[in-house]
Amino acid sequence: MGVLSNLFTAIRGGAREAGEAVVDANAVRIFEQEIVDAKNHIKKAKDSLTTVMAEKMQSARKLDAIKNDITENELYATKALDQGNEALAIEVAEKIASLEGGLAEQQHIHDNCAAHIEKLKAQIQGAERQISENERQLNMIKTTESVHKATSAISDNFMSSGSKIINAKESLERIKKRQQMREDKLKAAQALNSDDYDQSLQNKLKEAGIMESSSSNANAVLERLKAKK
Amino acid sequence: MNLQDLGLYLTDASLEGYKFECQLVPGEVEVLQVVIEGFQEIPVYISVTDTQILCITYLFSEDEVNPESKSQMTEQMLEMNIPMPLTSFASIQGRYVVFGALSINSRFEDVAHEVVTLGENSVDALSVMAEYLK
Repeated sequence: MGVLSNLFTAIRGGAREAGEAVVDANAVRIFEQEIVDAKNHIKKAKDSLTTVMAEKMQSARKLDAIKNDITENELYATKALDQGNEALAIEVAEKIASLEGGLAEQQHIHDNCAAHIEKLKAQIQGAERQISENERQLNMIKTTESVHKATSAISDNFMSSGSKIINAKESLERIKKRQQMREDKLKAAQALNSDDYDQSLQNKLKEAGIMESSSSNANAVLERLKAKK
Repeated sequence: MNLQDLGLYLTDASLEGYKFECQLVPGEVEVLQVVIEGFQEIPVYISVTDTQILCITYLFSEDEVNPESKSQMTEQMLEMNIPMPLTSFASIQGRYVVFGALSINSRFEDVAHEVVTLGENSVDALSVMAEYLK
């Protein structure tokens, strides 16, 4: 998108001389550095992602432990109540209440971790997409650059070769004339090869007895030789 | 793809009844000029970049085009682009060209085929475009 239109501007603009760079080499280096930096960022983000994921697992384990604790104590409290031991039941209930406080706190940590993980994952995905986009654009810049160099070299060579003296219409005429000549030659050669035509005519003449066949010619020669004796 | 080797290959080769005459032009970017027998006026120029092998033939310059029929001509070029196999129209520094781009891993035979196709297509393209020229 942006890069391509920039490239067009660059090509249309100043850098039309052969050998002149289309793209500022320094700009390309900066662009490449940006890609390297972005990759480093991703690496760091992945490191913290690993840490946060570990924290979340830890916190999940703690949550489970507290929940188990609560269930266990609820059982104790019920049993104490069953035994009519109100005082003990209250004591256990207080412990449960405090456990529940810890549970809420741990749940909060767990939720925070989960949110953080989502955020990091989104960041990494975004950065990875950005990098591949940057790399695609960098590729395009480099290709444009090398194509420009190549076409400039070709163009220089073409200009200096004197081909410019002849215009396209003349070139076309010459080529066509040559092609026509080649076709004519081909036809002539074919016509030469097609002695078949003469052959068939001769055959007809021989059949009709108008022309002597070669065997009768041989006989004539033999007769002549015999006569000479 | 080594252009010198390609030049040697083409000089020895004969493809579809055509013979080639090659000349390597040294420089920052090497260019191989290939003249196809019978098409001396429209040589094919080959150069190699990081990503592709470019084969280019110059058709005519912008000055040769009738100004009033230029847009019609470019329209026609766009329409011919796809039906014309292995060859596309482009414009380089004020000149209309046809070109073919090949993978850097192409074989010599592929390049030779491209060169012949480009030569034949150039003549066709010139015949069609002649009506737009001065």
